[in-house]
Formats: sequence, structure tokens, C-alpha cells
Amino acid sequence: MDKNANLNPNPKNAPIAEETKMMTGAGILWECLEREGVRVVFGYPGGAILPAYDALKHSKIHHILVRHEQGATHMADGYARASGEVGVAVATSGPGATNMVTGIATAMLDSIPIVCITGQVGSKLIGSDAFQETDITGVTLPITKHNYLVTHANEVARTIREAFYVARSGRPGPVLVDITKDAQQGTCEFDWGAAKPQLPGYRPDLSPAPEEYQRALELIHNAKRPVILAGHGIIVSGAMREVRDFAERAGIPVALTLLGLGAFPASHPLNLGMMGMHGEAWVNHTIQEADLLLAFGMRFDDRVTGNLKNYAQNAKKIHIEIDPAEINKNVKVDVPLVGDLREVLLELMPHVESIDRSEWLDSIDSLKGDSAVRDIQNLPDNGHLYAAHVINDLWRQTRDAKTIVVTDVGQHQMWEAQYYKHEHPRTLITSGGLGTMGFALPAAIGAKVACPDAEVWVVVGDGGFQMTMCELATLVQENIKINIAIINNGFLGMVRQWQEFFYDRNYAATPLLNPDFAKLAEAYGIRSMTIAERSEVVPAVEAARRHEGPVLINFKVEQEDTVYPMVAAGAALHDMIRRPSPIVETAEDE
Amino acid sequence: MVYVENKPGVLTRVASLFRRRAFNIDSLTVGRTEKPEVSRMTITVEADHDQAKRIEANLYKLVNVLLVENITNQPAIVRDLAMIRIAATHGSRSHVLELASVFRARVVDVSTESLTIEITGGEDKIDGLLEVLRPYGILEMVRTGIVAMRRGSKSGEVISPVQSAVTSAGGDDVAYSV
Repeated sequence: MDKNANLNPNPKNAPIAEETKMMTGAGILWECLEREGVRVVFGYPGGAILPAYDALKHSKIHHILVRHEQGATHMADGYARASGEVGVAVATSGPGATNMVTGIATAMLDSIPIVCITGQVGSKLIGSDAFQETDITGVTLPITKHNYLVTHANEVARTIREAFYVARSGRPGPVLVDITKDAQQGTCEFDWGAAKPQLPGYRPDLSPAPEEYQRALELIHNAKRPVILAGHGIIVSGAMREVRDFAERAGIPVALTLLGLGAFPASHPLNLGMMGMHGEAWVNHTIQEADLLLAFGMRFDDRVTGNLKNYAQNAKKIHIEIDPAEINKNVKVDVPLVGDLREVLLELMPHVESIDRSEWLDSIDSLKGDSAVRDIQNLPDNGHLYAAHVINDLWRQTRDAKTIVVTDVGQHQMWEAQYYKHEHPRTLITSGGLGTMGFALPAAIGAKVACPDAEVWVVVGDGGFQMTMCELATLVQENIKINIAIINNGFLGMVRQWQEFFYDRNYAATPLLNPDFAKLAEAYGIRSMTIAERSEVVPAVEAARRHEGPVLINFKVEQEDTVYPMVAAGAALHDMIRRPSPIVETAEDE
Repeated sequence: MVYVENKPGVLTRVASLFRRRAFNIDSLTVGRTEKPEVSRMTITVEADHDQAKRIEANLYKLVNVLLVENITNQPAIVRDLAMIRIAATHGSRSHVLELASVFRARVVDVSTESLTIEITGGEDKIDGLLEVLRPYGILEMVRTGIVAMRRGSKSGEVISPVQSAVTSAGGDDVAYSV
């Protein structure tokens, strides 16, 4: 990554930096955000952040009023995931700040660059349990990449510059800047140029030792059954082209993590599909049979490895990863290449030999076995509407457009990952690491604001939707055109599935009594439809696409459907619960 | 040894990291250094080689951490300081004083019924003194936890050039810079 670009993202403004002028801390805040390239912030006002809101009128930055501060953080997150830029959320002290916690943790676990600005009580009141005082830097310490408490106006500029630099560089992450009311109100001389980041201990630009490249190349050239494990780091690093070139030259198939979807084209012949707990069966078997794993910007999360004791036991491992703390954390690797993925691949590429691995690729094909006939798409129509039908139809209708799908968390999320084929990076936005229900709607608003030309679809369960559906008002107030597909099965589906498999179908606290989502949408002035027939899906999707304003479609789907395959928690990766095969059943019947 | 920026909250960040990653701190000392902008921590942790590597890498993720040195297998001067208040009656006082002098400990306070001894040294030495004093009755004891410094020429420059943080060679215990 170009370090200078990080430090000075907006070089055309550099000459202005020479001037200095007296400004309030609040004025400096917006000025610095503008200079960092911020066009829009998502926020909610309150007492301790009022000086900043008062100064907003002098700024070109557009403020989007959310309905809950969690929504602001998810919007900033969705903005960042869709654009690759830093998203910004603003809240007041106390409850405003604590409401951000879920969104910050979500961004932390998925390495998303957001900057959260919170107001704080006056610096003389800190520690006095003043009204709406919370030690938010203390609260968010373990869930931010870094955070700051600013108590003087003259610290605002440097802190904001550092916050953006830290958030976007290295392994990105959330940074919180807590600014006391008096720091917002105080005045000082503003000098952008003099407020350069001073981070002597922060070194995001690592690169591997030359001998490590050599060792990696040896493993690659000696491997008979290699697999690339493609993660989110590819998208963060912007290494899509390099990964494709590498895979094609070395003839190595690619398995993807959930957050890696889109990093490698779904239609590419070397694309195997998603790995892990709900990955394709042949993908997991391929990993278990591999003799070399090339982990590209992924972190061997428990959802992709299954039981570590019998994970890819015969495979050597090469781990290309920007965060040294990820090396050997879950899986012991043979060659760690610590650095920016794109740069590492560019370094490796000239030395990679083209090798014919058709035997290995053919054997993977044979692993696919009867997966196709177990696929719900291929099962005979029983008159029921399944979530997979909806998502597959949605994909067919929108695949040619620049479409961003934003999911929530649960069954529908896994079905989306399985049935929506993503060709491009940043077209699937989903909470992977934290698994935050309520993420989809606000994140989609952020994504649409970042990419106004994209068609944005929310795919959300009936449970998660109700966690943040207050943001429907934000949608309407800001006149944002997105389409919402509620996959409504009347259950907290993924929890119900676990209860079905592991708790004797004791559906404790998972059946949902829902409002009429169509009527709810109408209350906000949002056009709505309710769909329960498979034949109605495509017309509904098309009607939503044609409609100018936002649309909500309530898809009433099969209540007790299950995401297959499934690697039970703690089970080995190859040990999967599969959807029963109709062919096998027929054979048994005879 | 961990060199950190001398800024508010840095101790919390370091301590919180150990808690969050479930590493147990045996002792932690922190103080100023020859540079006013740098503080130095000496942290003792029970950890194997791989864990030590992970602790190092995680410490480096803290923006305020400047340098981490694992001196487990390095020649180093390690010192702990203890103050020990011992019951010392007329009869036992001279024995206690004798033991203290054998350990080169100093008497820093005297009352009619007790003596307070200050001792500096490695942890073993202090443990040794405590052992022999125990029969007389230890009324109160406090220890600082260890501070350490590498022997020989100066330890790593606090701001050093970026190098690979992790190598597959694995066996090295030498401090590296990230």
C-alpha cells in the first residue's frame, strides 16, 4: 500500500494546508473530515456533540440522520465495504456512544475501516458521573483498532488524521474518537500541514523476508493437490487480478470464505465455491484432501476450519496475511508471508511455474458427486416457496446489473452465499465475523449512499429485520432507493435449525409472531408486496426494480427449511450433514 | 520488555490485551525511561514459545507499543525489590539482622516489635530470604515485580527499521522489530 497516499489522501488540498486560521474544535473536525475525503456522515445528535452539529452548517459534508446509533455504525460500515473508503458515524456521549458498540465490534471482526466520532462531557466533568457520561474509550478499547479521547481543540486535527490513517492502513479497522464538549467549543489555530500523524509505534507496511518467498515457491511447485483459500484480504488489498493471474498460472483451484465471495469470479473454471460450515461439500472435501493450502488474506476462522485437530492434516500451509498476530493463531503454518497480499503476489508471480494440474482438478470434479441432485433447485416442485428459490431468482434477474446484495445473519445469509453467484468484489456485504443480526438494512443504506449507481438489495430474515427496522424512516427521509427482500419463515431460522439438529427439536424461543411487514412498509410510505408462490418471485423482483422509490417484498417461505450442507460445531470439516438425496431415497424405497 | 509511548491509558491497553487474549500476567512493572516520551514495561508471563510469539505480535497491534523484546533466553539483569516487615523481639532481633546482612538486605525501619527490611535482587534471592525469615513471622510484605535490562550493549533501538515480524525459522528468541 502506498504509504504517502494514506497520509495524504487528498493531495490537491495540500497548498491550503500552509495557511493557518483560528477555528473552533468543531469547525476543525468537519474541515479535517472533508480533507480526508468524507462526503457523508451517518449520525444522531445529542447534548455533548451539539457544538459539532452546530458547526456542520459551514461544511459541505452531507449528514444522514439515523434512527438509532447502531444504524449509524452499520451504515458507515456498509459505506466502507461498498466503496473501500472510510465510513464515518457520529453520536453523542453516553447512550449515543454505547449504542455504537455493536456496530464497532462488527467492523472490528470484519476489518472494516470506520471512524466513529462521539461527543463527550466537558473535560472538567470527566470522572464525575456527569449526565450522559460514559467512558466510551474504555468501553470500546477491545473492539477498536485504536481509540482516542480528545480534550483540547488543538488535538482535534492530528487525532482525526491519525484516526483515518490507522483505520484504512494495514489491516483496516474501526477507530473511535471521543471529543469533549469543551474541545469542540474551544478555539485554536488550525494548521492541517502541521497536524501530521505521529505514530512511531505503528508500522502497517510489513513485507516478508526474501527466503520466505523461496520456501513458498518450493511448496507451490512441489504440490500435487494445492488449493487457494481466498479471503476478505483479497478485496481489502485490491488483489483480485493478482489472485486470478496466480491461480491461472499455477493451475490452482480457489475456495472462498464468506467474506471472500466476489474476490474471485464465481463463474471462473477454477472457482470451487464457498468453504466451511455451510460450504459446498466438494469444497470441504477438497480442502481435506489437499497437500497444500494457500491462505490468501483469510484467518482460519472456526467457521471455515471445523475441528482443528483433523483440519487439512496432509497439507502444508502458506499463509499470506497482513496481520502478524494471525500467523499460527488457529492453524500452524509452514510458510508465513506477512505483508500486503497484492504486493506479495506481485513478488511471487514472476517465479511461479505453470503446472498442469488437470488430474487434481478432475478428481475435485468427481467429488461433486450427487451434490447437484441434492440441490433444492433441482428437487421437484412441491408447491412450497423456498428461500433458495427466491435468492436464485433474484440472482438470475439482477446478475447483469451492478448489484450489491446486503444480507443479515442466519439461514438466508447462507442461502445467499450459496445461490447468489458473485462475480465482482464488494457486491456481497455481510457481517461475517461477529454475525450481527440487524446489520442488513442500515448497511445497505450505507452501501447505496457510497454507490448511488448500484442496484442494492437487502436480503434479510424476519428476525434480524426487526432489530433495526427503524431505519426504514432514514431510508424515506433520505429518499434512498433500495429493495428489501424479507425471507420470512416465521422463525429465527438458523437457531431453529440448531435446535432441530442438536436440541431434539425443542424450538425454545425461536417461533416469531411478526407484524404484517407489507403494512409496516406502507406506514412509512414504502411500496410493498407479499409473495408466497414461486411463480410470483420474478415478477415481484422486476416490479421492485422498476419502482423509483424503495420497495419491500415480504417473501413467505417454507418455515422449517434447513441450510445444507452443515458441519456441526466441533465436527471435522468433511463430516457434513447433507440434504437428503431424492435418488438415494427412491432407491431405498424400492 | 515492552517500550510504549508515554501516554494516558497505555497501561490499560496493554493489560486489557493480556486479559482479552487470555494470557496470564505474573508480574508487570512500568516506569519512565531515559526518554520522556517513552515508558518501559517489564512483563512476566507463563508462556511457551508459540504463545510468546503471539503475545509479541498482539502487543505490536497496539498503536502505542514501540518495541517488544522477549528476553527469556537472553543474558539480562533482572531485579525485584521487596520490603519485608518481620516480627523481631529482643531475642530474635540479632538473628534477623544477621540473615539480612547475609542477603545484603538493608534495614529501613525499626520498631519495638518489628524490623522492616528492604532487599533488591533476582526473584530467587528474595524468595530465599523470605524462606529463612518465615519462622520469625512475616507481618507484611510487598514486592515490586521485576524490572529487567539486557546485558552488554544497548538494547534494541526503540524505533527500528521494519522487518519481517514472523519467520518460518521459528526457533529464534531474539527480539525482532515489526
